[in-house]
Amino acid sequence: MALDIGWLEEMRHVNRSALERRAQTLTKRRSIKADNQAAWLLRSISLMDLTTLSSHDTDERVRRLCAKARNPLSADLIAGLGLGDTAIRPAAVCVYHPFVATAVKALEGTGIHVAAVSTAFPHGLSPLETRIAEIRASVGDGADEIDVVIPRGLVLGAKWQELYDEVAQFREACGEAHLKVILGTGELSTLRNVMLASMVSMMAGADFIKTSTGKESVNATLPVGLIMTRAIRAYEERTGFKIGFKPAGGISTAKASLDWLVLMKEELGRRWLEPDLFRFGASSLLTDIERQLEHHLTGRYSAAHRHAMA
Amino acid sequence: MNILERYQAMEYGPAPEARNEADAWLKARDFSASLFIGGQWKKATGGKTFDTAEPATGKHLASIAEAGHADIDAAVAAARKALPKWQAASGYERARVLYAIGRAMQRHARLFAVLESLDNGKPIRESRDIDVPLAIRHFIHHAGWAQSLAKEFPGHSAVGVAGQIIPWNFPLLMLAWKIAPALAAGCTVVLKPAEFTPLTAILFAEICEKAGVPKGVVNIVHGGPEAGAAIVNHPDINKIAFTGSSEVGKIIRKATAGSGKKLSLELGGKSAFVVFEDADLDSAVEGLVDGIWFNQGQVCCAGSRLLVQEGLAEAFLAKVKARMAKLRLGDPLDKNTDIGPLVDRTQLDRVRGLVAQGEKQGALCWSPESELPMIGCYHLPVLATNIGPANILAQEEVFGPVLVAMSFRNTEEAIELANNTRYGLAASVWSENVNLALHVAPQLKAGVVWINGTNMFDAACGFGGYRESGFGREGGREGMLEYLATAKVKATQIKAFDAPGGVAERSEGDGSFIDRTPKLFIGGKQVRPDGNYSMAVHDAKGRHAGEVGLGSRKDVRDAVTAARGAKGWASATAYNRAQVLYFLAENLAVRADEFAARLTQLTGASAKAAQAEVDASIERLFEAAGMADKFEGTVHNPPARTVTLALNEPVGVLGIVAPDDAPLLGLVSLLAPALAMGNTVVAVPSARWPLIATDLYQVLETSDIPAGAVNIVTGRTGELAAVLAKHDDVDGLWIVADSATCKAAELESTGNLKRVWTSNGYAVDWNSPAGALESFLRRAVEVKNVWVPYGD
Repeated sequence: MALDIGWLEEMRHVNRSALERRAQTLTKRRSIKADNQAAWLLRSISLMDLTTLSSHDTDERVRRLCAKARNPLSADLIAGLGLGDTAIRPAAVCVYHPFVATAVKALEGTGIHVAAVSTAFPHGLSPLETRIAEIRASVGDGADEIDVVIPRGLVLGAKWQELYDEVAQFREACGEAHLKVILGTGELSTLRNVMLASMVSMMAGADFIKTSTGKESVNATLPVGLIMTRAIRAYEERTGFKIGFKPAGGISTAKASLDWLVLMKEELGRRWLEPDLFRFGASSLLTDIERQLEHHLTGRYSAAHRHAMA
Repeated sequence: MNILERYQAMEYGPAPEARNEADAWLKARDFSASLFIGGQWKKATGGKTFDTAEPATGKHLASIAEAGHADIDAAVAAARKALPKWQAASGYERARVLYAIGRAMQRHARLFAVLESLDNGKPIRESRDIDVPLAIRHFIHHAGWAQSLAKEFPGHSAVGVAGQIIPWNFPLLMLAWKIAPALAAGCTVVLKPAEFTPLTAILFAEICEKAGVPKGVVNIVHGGPEAGAAIVNHPDINKIAFTGSSEVGKIIRKATAGSGKKLSLELGGKSAFVVFEDADLDSAVEGLVDGIWFNQGQVCCAGSRLLVQEGLAEAFLAKVKARMAKLRLGDPLDKNTDIGPLVDRTQLDRVRGLVAQGEKQGALCWSPESELPMIGCYHLPVLATNIGPANILAQEEVFGPVLVAMSFRNTEEAIELANNTRYGLAASVWSENVNLALHVAPQLKAGVVWINGTNMFDAACGFGGYRESGFGREGGREGMLEYLATAKVKATQIKAFDAPGGVAERSEGDGSFIDRTPKLFIGGKQVRPDGNYSMAVHDAKGRHAGEVGLGSRKDVRDAVTAARGAKGWASATAYNRAQVLYFLAENLAVRADEFAARLTQLTGASAKAAQAEVDASIERLFEAAGMADKFEGTVHNPPARTVTLALNEPVGVLGIVAPDDAPLLGLVSLLAPALAMGNTVVAVPSARWPLIATDLYQVLETSDIPAGAVNIVTGRTGELAAVLAKHDDVDGLWIVADSATCKAAELESTGNLKRVWTSNGYAVDWNSPAGALESFLRRAVEVKNVWVPYGD
């Protein structure tokens, strides 16, 4: 849709204190125990973008990550939980551009998506044509999901038209690939800015809006998640389009993943607990979930080294 | 369901809080001996018990000793016995006890929470995350008041034995609100929990027993109306603190009339929840959840009247309904429960009855299609629309999960609707425009205003109502004052003076005299009394001194109307009021000799004494003028990112009944602080020597006091005081008069629960602490706490 500045004006009313109170009590209002907890943790796995975004990543490291994505759970966990032939795997593997081809090859036949971070990740501050070329290159290498970053200055400077135009061009460059727009919320200063950037990104064609790169000093927080889910709800109410949400950065414990699932279920509903509408960006989360699942089955607390590393 | 099915369903399922510790506690206790009196566990003298049950299941929890008169007598005697030592203890000693209580509660926090949810039915999340932590906070906060008492409240000491009666909706929290300030002030207490919810008070008493609270300082007695009445009427209790219904509050006001007991009442409410078009709507919806669906709506300050700006009403109500559909009703011990059962079948019946009546009057009541547990006192959340202020659901406190929604066109109408209630406990204002929010908050008749929030509480911030929501505050400095008194001074009893009517004859031979007709002073004009009768005034030697109008109920009515209309005075700046009062002092000083001569003539005072009274009156005016812009509110910093503005607002229309003794200084000492704080006044001057007041209105007229700000009605003290007491548009009443007049005024004040202060039949020494300006400045204001959370 076109950029609707009038709608943006309507969405300016964001009260940080009230949002924080809601976020703080939200996770205290819901508690998931026993078999339900195990089921929800499996859900967390299926909603995961298993990620490696280090400057010292190598092909071998990425292959190892893909191998873990193929087989996230040990045989005894699968048996104990009664999963049978149902493969519960991360939704995607997320890497830098140079490793897209490696990942695509390693995941062939699994249905696991390959996501590439793009557009001068994590800062977004290279020439626009360079950034667009980057998207095309990753799509060309086989990535079917593109996680782009926006230049935060466009938000801080309220350059909504410019932001809209850039995201729209990213959208076009993605072609069939899914576009996830990373807002870098830790650098947007206010929750109002997060709301407005979310709205502009969705208007410009984002399939997902995503909180953070994982490289900002403040990553995905529940108040930020709350405002972004409210933006998604408003967008659906008016346009009928369901936009996905991806919190990323700092979500490393099973408990934290449950908090995010509760947030989605309460604010957006069951539909947003499917991988086409919700993802976690995570690297170490999977191991903690495995430990919790093992505890669920055995009643014993597990250790990280007992689970295959990514 | 197997795990894969659960994986598809993604339901929460039950997450029960363990109750084994609570059950063990219940099993181990002998509740037939659960009266905690003088540090010992006692059975009721008559051996009676009553049952408490789980509202969620109806299952019996315990049979509790039910106190009768004799047990209350024993508890009061124990409290009285413990008082001198406790009062004499150092602030530091009392602080250590309060601190020990707070810490011990912290150590047993979960047991408190589980017992509370079992006994009351409130969701465990609420008892665990809200009630119990706030109760603990109250004790630790008040440890500091205990220690700093002498410095912070000079000239004050404990009022004595406090009788405290608390409701069932927040059993432990209300206990904390009552006991913590009382102990900090040096009072000893007799507290009666509600019959429905005695358990946490028993656990609390156990903690007192073990935490080093001296025997008799805290006495906790259980029972029903009989025990309550015995406390209220007990002659050896100095202070009654009550939280509960307005109905019972009024009964207590009547029962304590003339007894000299200090009284604070925290009663019902019908609090407005105002959503402006520039509000964060999603957050406002969550505010409603915390406002009206907190504790099943059984909250005195529940935001039960939603007022939403017309243009967004439809969209907002759609959001409310969507949110209501997500509320989970069920077992209070389930961590996923949002709404538990109401406390008792009687309460459920009451709520159902009111909803039915509201529907009969045209309300459309909507509830989500949630599953209702088969047993237990559950009530679905209700949104009532198609409703006007005339509907019973918009007027009556439902005390259940029922929200009524109305719309407004503009800010003025929002305020008008919000204030269209007999209650005045709390209000919420939702707007992202701080200018609008802070414009509206002072105009709402409510003791607490939350901006972009609701149901926020803290021990440092006073809580309490305007109007029929009661009087007195709990929490903070205001709350401490409810348990303190200034030192008693020896005072003489006032004898009723029966003002003569009829025609007075001037003695013969007074040829130089030009006849004068003093009038009433109403709405800035000198007017004849409505009845057109006069009463004679005699001087000290019984000689004719003049005549004044014999004011009647109609004159009081007109004077109240004038006072209510003089809105400019309350909204004038404090600096402006100060200058007017200085000017008044200035003008009185010009005529000081004349007033002194009048005093001598009327009262027979020596010239020196008369001069001294006039000087003191001028000085008092000067002092009040000086404090007009200094007796200010404070800013609290509760443990959250918010500032809480404690605003000193004028009480409103104040009736003042001045004594015969020191007729000028008495009148001025009451008038000056009332005016300084922005109240408008209907004054009934000394009936014996009213000429001093009729002389005074000439001074008022030349002092730029706006019309209606001060009205003077001369006449018979008792009669006019009663008219003022019965007038439901009078907000406060101060009386220095004989005991019968004082008692009658307190009795008659229940119509609107006006704030009444009387000298209880005694004369006031205007130079003592009790008669000092400071005491009356405090009575001249209502403290309104405006919570302003911030952050962007």
